[in-house]
Amino acid sequence: MIKAILIFNNHGKPRLIRFYQYFPEDMQQQIIRETFHLVSKRDDNVCNFLEGGSLIGGSDYKLIYRHYATLYFVFCVDSSESELGILDLIQVMIYFLVYLLFQVFVETLDKCFENVCELDLIFHMDKVHYILQEVVMGGMVLETNMNEIVAQVELQNRMEKSEGGLSAAPARAVSAVKNMNLPEIPRNINIGDINIKVPSLSPF
Amino acid sequence: MSDVVEKTLTALPSLLLSVDSQPGSAKLSTSSKLGSLIRNITELTSKHEEEKLIQRELSSIKDQVSSPNTTMRQMKELMVRAIYCEMLGYDSSFTYIHAIKLAQQGSVLEKRVGYLAVSLFLNEHHELLLLLVNTVLKDLQSTNLIEVCMALTVVSQIFPKDMIPAILPLVEEKLNHPKEIIRRKAVLALYKFHLIAPNQVQHIHNKFRKALCDKDPGVMGASLHIYLHLIQENPEGYKDLTTSFVTILKQVVGGKLPMDFNYHSVPAPWIQIQLLQILSLLGKNDPGTSEIMHEILEESLRRAEMNHNITYAILYECVKCIYTIHPKSDLLEKAAKCIGNFVLSSKINLKYLGLKALTYVVQQDPKLALQHQMTIIECLEHPDLIIKRETLEILFRITNAQNVTVIVEKMLTFLSTSEDDHTTIDLVGKVAELAKKYAPDNEWFIQTMNAVFSLGGETMQPDITNSFLKLLSEGFDSVEEDRKLKVFAVNSYVSLLEGEPEKLPQRFLQVISWVLGEFSHLQQDVGAETVVCLLDKLLHMKNSTSETKTWVLMAMTKVCEGAACAPLVQSVCETYSSSLDTVLRQRAQELQHLSRDPALRARVLPPVCTREPLEVDSSLSFLDEFVSEALAAGAAPYKPSHQRQEELAQTKAVSYEPYQLTLPISTTAHTHTPSLLSISSSLSEGSADLSHKGGSSSLKLEGVKRVWGRGGYEAAQVETPSPPQEGGDPSISHTPPLTSEDTESKQQEQQLASSMFLGLDHSSVTLMGKGDSTPSWLKRKERGQTPLNDAQTFTDPQELTDPSPLHVVSPQFPQSPVIANGTSDTEAALALACLDTNRSSTNQLEDRGLSLYLPAELSGLICSEISVLCSSESLELSACHVHKLRSLEMIVFISNSSDNAVQQIQVQLHSEQLEVSCASESQMEEVKGHSVVVRQYSLRVRKPSVHVELIGTLFHPETPQNVQFTYRLPLSSFIRPLTLSTEEYGTMWLSFSNDTKQNLTLVHSENEGPLRATLNVLTEDLHLHVVEIIGMEAIVACRLLQDQPCLMHCRVHGDALAVWLRSPVPELPDCLIYHCQRALQGH
Repeated sequence: MIKAILIFNNHGKPRLIRFYQYFPEDMQQQIIRETFHLVSKRDDNVCNFLEGGSLIGGSDYKLIYRHYATLYFVFCVDSSESELGILDLIQVMIYFLVYLLFQVFVETLDKCFENVCELDLIFHMDKVHYILQEVVMGGMVLETNMNEIVAQVELQNRMEKSEGGLSAAPARAVSAVKNMNLPEIPRNINIGDINIKVPSLSPF
Repeated sequence: MSDVVEKTLTALPSLLLSVDSQPGSAKLSTSSKLGSLIRNITELTSKHEEEKLIQRELSSIKDQVSSPNTTMRQMKELMVRAIYCEMLGYDSSFTYIHAIKLAQQGSVLEKRVGYLAVSLFLNEHHELLLLLVNTVLKDLQSTNLIEVCMALTVVSQIFPKDMIPAILPLVEEKLNHPKEIIRRKAVLALYKFHLIAPNQVQHIHNKFRKALCDKDPGVMGASLHIYLHLIQENPEGYKDLTTSFVTILKQVVGGKLPMDFNYHSVPAPWIQIQLLQILSLLGKNDPGTSEIMHEILEESLRRAEMNHNITYAILYECVKCIYTIHPKSDLLEKAAKCIGNFVLSSKINLKYLGLKALTYVVQQDPKLALQHQMTIIECLEHPDLIIKRETLEILFRITNAQNVTVIVEKMLTFLSTSEDDHTTIDLVGKVAELAKKYAPDNEWFIQTMNAVFSLGGETMQPDITNSFLKLLSEGFDSVEEDRKLKVFAVNSYVSLLEGEPEKLPQRFLQVISWVLGEFSHLQQDVGAETVVCLLDKLLHMKNSTSETKTWVLMAMTKVCEGAACAPLVQSVCETYSSSLDTVLRQRAQELQHLSRDPALRARVLPPVCTREPLEVDSSLSFLDEFVSEALAAGAAPYKPSHQRQEELAQTKAVSYEPYQLTLPISTTAHTHTPSLLSISSSLSEGSADLSHKGGSSSLKLEGVKRVWGRGGYEAAQVETPSPPQEGGDPSISHTPPLTSEDTESKQQEQQLASSMFLGLDHSSVTLMGKGDSTPSWLKRKERGQTPLNDAQTFTDPQELTDPSPLHVVSPQFPQSPVIANGTSDTEAALALACLDTNRSSTNQLEDRGLSLYLPAELSGLICSEISVLCSSESLELSACHVHKLRSLEMIVFISNSSDNAVQQIQVQLHSEQLEVSCASESQMEEVKGHSVVVRQYSLRVRKPSVHVELIGTLFHPETPQNVQFTYRLPLSSFIRPLTLSTEEYGTMWLSFSNDTKQNLTLVHSENEGPLRATLNVLTEDLHLHVVEIIGMEAIVACRLLQDQPCLMHCRVHGDALAVWLRSPVPELPDCLIYHCQRALQGH
């Protein structure tokens, strides 16, 4: 089970925090500090796993993290989670984050895709949380249809827009995302067509 | 990660520096208050300024949320700001109620923020959640999908346990929803319910099965979480689903899922991982189930081509599964190859997982470690500490007597560089364990332990020091060897103290002072005054804690002898007898008195050579007189603390002590695990322990041949010859030619490898916990733990299978009148078993002639002596009691010695503790001249006490006065054996709350062990049933008429039998203990 997801920057400033197990407020802050302390002193060329902290759950507890640019994405999980699985989940999460921020940005900034910044995570904190809810629910990794999440993000943006009276068409965003051509990102995201096919799992 | 994303994110720092110059950020930041807040914070430099800014922000939020003019839309924006402040660690609890309000009243988007804020702010136990229940109920019934989704999400995140019934039907209903996202969320919500309140979702387990067969893979994947959890708890219950899981995995692996679930063209990798985890749980120790999954595992291994991170994740899970389930050789081979790929991979994450897999596997297959020895050696020098630690973990598992020195050396080197507390504690424990088990000689052992103590510092587990001191004090059987070890320890400590004792941790100083106090006299070269001087130095150190000082003072008390140290001791006493610490003061006083009075000293602390093993009376029988006097004076009887607490609580407490009979006590001997079965009365806990020690020293005196160290060393020499070559050779022959420098370093590594993997050859595998050739140390410890030598025969399996002679119905007595009378076999058994002991009374009974009047159906049963109750004129009343299996019958004989018949005689019996019922209807009897009338009463215990008393009255029409009499009988007459199995015993034991613990004296007999002999006495006298005897322990059951069970657990503890009784009847255990004591006194 995932116990917590922490995103903080190189200086240990929290950017997104989600706990799936209850800890008192001061304990949460302590966990963030200690995790940052553990993670930040590791080089980039060592492995992405850390074990045996004392804060969450004692020895049955590991940290799986990735460091991108200025941000650390840290998952605190118990021993039942697959290390590499979580590592890829972080990748998926980052993909969705970029996708989300990208969607927001294409409307406001023409082609200024590079301007997605660390702070945008906070600007759209609520949206990031919604995406997270779809990928990790109550500490469980959900194998989901990627299209579905993309659809969710779209829906969410559409609602915001209709509320805000904006009528900008996200067409450019869609085409930009389609052409992103990210080698480590699922290729089969099909934004124009969000029909979810009925799976052919035969009954048993 | 992709180039684009990389580029995106690397552009961030520059953005941070020039926020204003970027049009996008500038626009955004100004567009919202959150934006400006964030921007302001990033511009701040100190924590203090940030605090001030946030406080200001919070107070402005506070003003706005409480203002009635704030619209829901503004509220939404405020809530996001509050979430941000909360994330930074500032308290914004005043917004919690508004978050709930937002979730309640807002439109969809506002609701969403409200729910999010609630799930981030509140926890399951927060009282405000009650206010949310109605909102959730409403949203669950909504026709808007998004609202239902939000409600289900919040339910699975935080929901109070006691509110589950309110929404359970609605959530359950959602399992049939046409939309898969709703079904999926409903499954997860139910999973959450199952976690926090399993009994409330008991009835919907069938629906989980339906979810498992859902046509949407997402829903099926969600239900796997539930099954993983359920199977973890109870693998037996779900074996029937194995084929289903295998089929699902087959379809997933075969690509039958929609393409949408592919990730990097791997079909549903997370579902695969989870299925593999489930399969390994199901197939563990179950050849049949494992058989079913072999095929699909092989397919998974084949399909997962090494091309992406996520396939490695699946492979790793596959390998783990293959090694967990019942093994199949060709699969194992493939898995081993896979592990090899991991270990040899250049990607560090894979290497780490490879090492982890090796650790997991190495106990089953030590050859695998041999294959990868060179990689392991490389990893030892790896810059990443995590990799190093994992490598040491592997080495720890392959340690044996031959490679222990090399491996421990590596561990100590690592320890000296490690900064992480957790790692240090863990590793120190491991080194201590290895040193204890495999130490090749004295010097090495002491030196290693010194390193452990100085590196472990204060964080070390306390049992490491304790067991070390115990080892030292128990020593060896060989006097010479024993002496050498102690002298070496003393020497090394003296030199340590002469060095820089300031640098040593407190724990180590305590160990040093104890050892010096106890054994420094063995070393003639070091005088007492030197030792006292060194110890005194410790007292003056600034960082010595008062605990350490106490140890030092105690050591001084033991050492100070002769005039040379008198002045120093005197000054120490003066300093500390006025200390504020009472313990220190006490020790200083002791030191003062003992150092002044040599005669007293000789008595209290006799020289070691003359020390006799202490005889400890663990039952504290010398206090019996005192206790009985106190009781006579009206003192309340002693109740053990747990009983007192229970009475205080006045509730039927749940027992938290599981009764595990299968726990093998003697095998856990080498570690100090607190055994659940260590049942000695809390009163005599300390003394029982001492008696145990006494027992082990008596073992020593009997001269059990056991040589530690030397034996292990010799064994190593004998076993050494071939393995190193076998271990090292292949790698040498396969290495390609290298430059001279390279070869040198390579050779060094190989040398290291050959010493490290020594003895790992499959023929002489001596892994931890396995193998018979464990060095003497471990064995010695185990022996040391068994307190009594002769009692060891009980562990002999043959002895155990011997039919217990306690109450066997011998087939020679089929013509017994009892059976003829139609009573059951068991009753006959009871009668026969006790016939011997009661023979004398039977004789007596015949003498009086009254026994002839015994009712026919009672003849042949155990019968007490017939005693005269009272007499009045010509009438005489006598009585006895007869043990029937299901009741106790009291027989009253009314005999008339005169010639005339006496009419209207009435006998009434009553008792506070007993229920008396009369067999005959009529109250009145007529007794003819020179005849005897028999009345039969059956007795039942109403309230147990040690002795029960019947008060009877004889109504005699011819005499004006009624004659009163009393009849007293022991509670033991009401005890019957209770036949039950060990399992039943276990469950019953847990359900009983009244208990008593006591130590009883053992009965010694020539032909049997003390446990058996004692049990024989008890079963004979008290009609108990021995359920099982396990080694030094026995469980016994009996019942008090009618059907009130009492269970007894006995354990030989030193020279005493520790018994623990439990019963649902409060008074019963105490009464029974009394009778046990009585029975044993007679022998």
